[in-house]
Amino acid sequence: MSDLTTTLQQQVAAAYRAGTPLQLVGGGSKDFYGRTPRGEPLPLAGHSGVVNYEPRELVLTARAGTTLAEIEALLRRSGQMLPFEPPHFGDAATLGGTLACGLSGPRRPYVGALRDFVLGVRLINGRGELLHFGGEVMKNVAGYDVSRLMAGALGTLGVVLEVSLKVLPRPENGLTLVQERTPEEAILVMNQWAAAPLPLTAACYDGLRLYVRLEGAPATLTAGRQRVGGDLLEEGERFWRDLREQRLAFFETGKPLWRLSVPATAPPVELAGKQLIDWGGAQRWLVSDAPAAAIREASIRVGGAATLFRGGDREGEVFQPLPAPMAALQRSLKQAFDPAGILNPGRMYREF
Amino acid sequence: MAERRAAERAALAAELRSFLPADALIEETEALRPYECDGLPAYRQMPLLAVLPHTVEQVQQVVRLCHRHGVPVVARGAATGLSGGALPLADGVLLGLARFNRILEIDPLARTARVQPGVRNLAISEAAAPHGLYYAPDPSSQIACTIGGNVAENAGGVHCLKYGLTVHNILELKLVTADGELLTIGSAALDSPGYDLLALLTGSEGMLGIVVEVLVKLLPRPQRAQVLLAAFDDVEKAADAVGEVIAAGIVPAGLEMMDGLAIRAAEEFCAPGYPRDAAAILLCEVDGTNEEVSEHARRVHDLLLAAGATEVRSARDEAERMRFWLGRKSAFPAVGRMSPDYYCMDGTVPRKRLGEVLRGIGRLSEQYQLAVANVFHAGDGNLHPLILFDANQPGELQRAEDFGAEILELSVRVGGTITGEHGVGHEKIHQMCVQFSPPELEQFRALKRAFDPHGLLNPGKAIPQPKHCSEYRALGHDVLQAPGRRDGGGGA
Repeated sequence: MSDLTTTLQQQVAAAYRAGTPLQLVGGGSKDFYGRTPRGEPLPLAGHSGVVNYEPRELVLTARAGTTLAEIEALLRRSGQMLPFEPPHFGDAATLGGTLACGLSGPRRPYVGALRDFVLGVRLINGRGELLHFGGEVMKNVAGYDVSRLMAGALGTLGVVLEVSLKVLPRPENGLTLVQERTPEEAILVMNQWAAAPLPLTAACYDGLRLYVRLEGAPATLTAGRQRVGGDLLEEGERFWRDLREQRLAFFETGKPLWRLSVPATAPPVELAGKQLIDWGGAQRWLVSDAPAAAIREASIRVGGAATLFRGGDREGEVFQPLPAPMAALQRSLKQAFDPAGILNPGRMYREF
Repeated sequence: MAERRAAERAALAAELRSFLPADALIEETEALRPYECDGLPAYRQMPLLAVLPHTVEQVQQVVRLCHRHGVPVVARGAATGLSGGALPLADGVLLGLARFNRILEIDPLARTARVQPGVRNLAISEAAAPHGLYYAPDPSSQIACTIGGNVAENAGGVHCLKYGLTVHNILELKLVTADGELLTIGSAALDSPGYDLLALLTGSEGMLGIVVEVLVKLLPRPQRAQVLLAAFDDVEKAADAVGEVIAAGIVPAGLEMMDGLAIRAAEEFCAPGYPRDAAAILLCEVDGTNEEVSEHARRVHDLLLAAGATEVRSARDEAERMRFWLGRKSAFPAVGRMSPDYYCMDGTVPRKRLGEVLRGIGRLSEQYQLAVANVFHAGDGNLHPLILFDANQPGELQRAEDFGAEILELSVRVGGTITGEHGVGHEKIHQMCVQFSPPELEQFRALKRAFDPHGLLNPGKAIPQPKHCSEYRALGHDVLQAPGRRDGGGGA
């Protein structure tokens, strides 16, 4: 629990002057994600501690090195939660790393993504300048929304020091229902339920069984359960945690794991290997040895994009390559924040 | 000077005429008059000329031509904006998107609507209604304002606390860039590769690109919504009650506050049935499933009484619920009837500071000798003080502007922001120098250059130039130290 702002700013400023590439290191729980890290390590886990938490304001501000575990335990004591249900992938997972990877859990399609809950950040840009954007208020349109831009930027635009997030009350109760369905049926009903006033907070399909989580007041759950049908799954919460943390048997594999982000109504994507559908149809996990080009092409055909999430060739492009004008724009944006190209170079795309 | 301008205008018009239909080009002074301001008529400027293209290709051609000649372009939707964001430039082209008014597709299963930027906010919900769906952000101007403008301003409304702002409710944009390229930002999937440009573009006030198509999310209409009206004999008690509701673990769909002056204005205007003698009212809407609404309405009722409400009423039926909201949504025009002019502010503050800030506004009102009505999104801490003045009285406009500037600076001082949902535009450009340090502003400028290297898209709005800030700071307006900024103002 300490504030390393000054040291970190000096380190980044020195790296800027010397042109030294830096590798931003939080808890190391998501080292597997993105392209192979390179550059001189810049440890950030020591810059930690919750700076401000006021349950009544629905706002929490913490230094980037604070662990998710600490934050979630604190929120739980006040009956609140991080609404985007982030995966941890290890006890050491930090808030900064979570923001950089921009990952959200099963609740995402119904409540929102990590970026939806970012209210403000303090960061050091690639010139070593300390900057503050957004704040701790719910609505803020002064200047460009740099805070949300940091979500999923993999530390390539700035060293985020502090994050302010909107938090929400935990639902009073929850239950998980399970039923057998064909893939086509599963996709259809997940979308139909999402279009109905049901207290749906997660929906996933493992190739045979459809899992649905309902949360809210007890009376609401009874009504929702009648509409959705299926059997009650004991230890439902554990199922969603295991899905989020990729601990289900599906994820036990030596093969590359791909994440296909597609429109929720996209039909089953025909590809070699096995699939698990999450996010009510909008996120398809694929374990497959199929060539990257085939996987990307199939994703594009249904209006989505593919990410090589774990394993495979981490020296090549792991994120879907961008069309030329978009790539040019994103490169300019990177230069606007990090003109010397020292922040996590090559972690997102080969060229920036 | 005037001659040169006329010659330039004629040359540009001739080129525009080569690809635009006759009804898409406006050159005559009188025909240009309606375009000289937006919803903030205190600022007016005639554009060089205006274009109203019919197709995306025409928008691209206009932008390419302007790019070639170095002519600035200001995009405009319905011009309901309250910060002068669509204020034209004397040497610039005003690009009206009013003709892009078609809903291209509604997909009820995917819960999306693909719309052109000139489609009115409310028209989307109306078109989605047969499917039991609606578009959540509902700014007070929703009858008139367009979705393109909503994206440019990251518009909110009275249901943001639960359903979010524009940024939370859109999936994809088609964007014409400063050099006339057409880009797709985002997709029908929930995320896209690369940087999150969708979030960055939302609220960028037409300075990074021109939105020519939007894919919005639609939500299922809640089974039921119930609104409670609580009366208070003291404004601060009402402000504190807001925190009590949220602390109890309830996130209301809407939580709005009006003070005495605003209540009486609304009563005169459309008789929504508010208690006329109250110092403040809260409108608290809970929605969801039937069971949930009954339970939450009961708890909110008790919480508000316990927080000191003198009276708590539930809307008896849908008609009364709509009436309660009508009073709130008509508050601006209602207050407008009480005074020759009014000036609407838009600061956001941490909820716990609401009482203190309202007290501060009261003091400023006495100091400036101008009445103020408060109507605002209490759940979000987003204030809309309406300063009443008469522009025909010498010095009153200036006094109103100075009063407004002080309210904004007060908002920053307590850890808030100068604008919650109306945008910086032309109006609040000075206060940007107070909220942001020089390196922060320079980062914004660098970001702008990445999209628009020649500074041709709505230049001069939202992000002040360094010279501008040094002049403003020389008048004694320093970068303010909000409580969240222990580092001393971002290294400034």
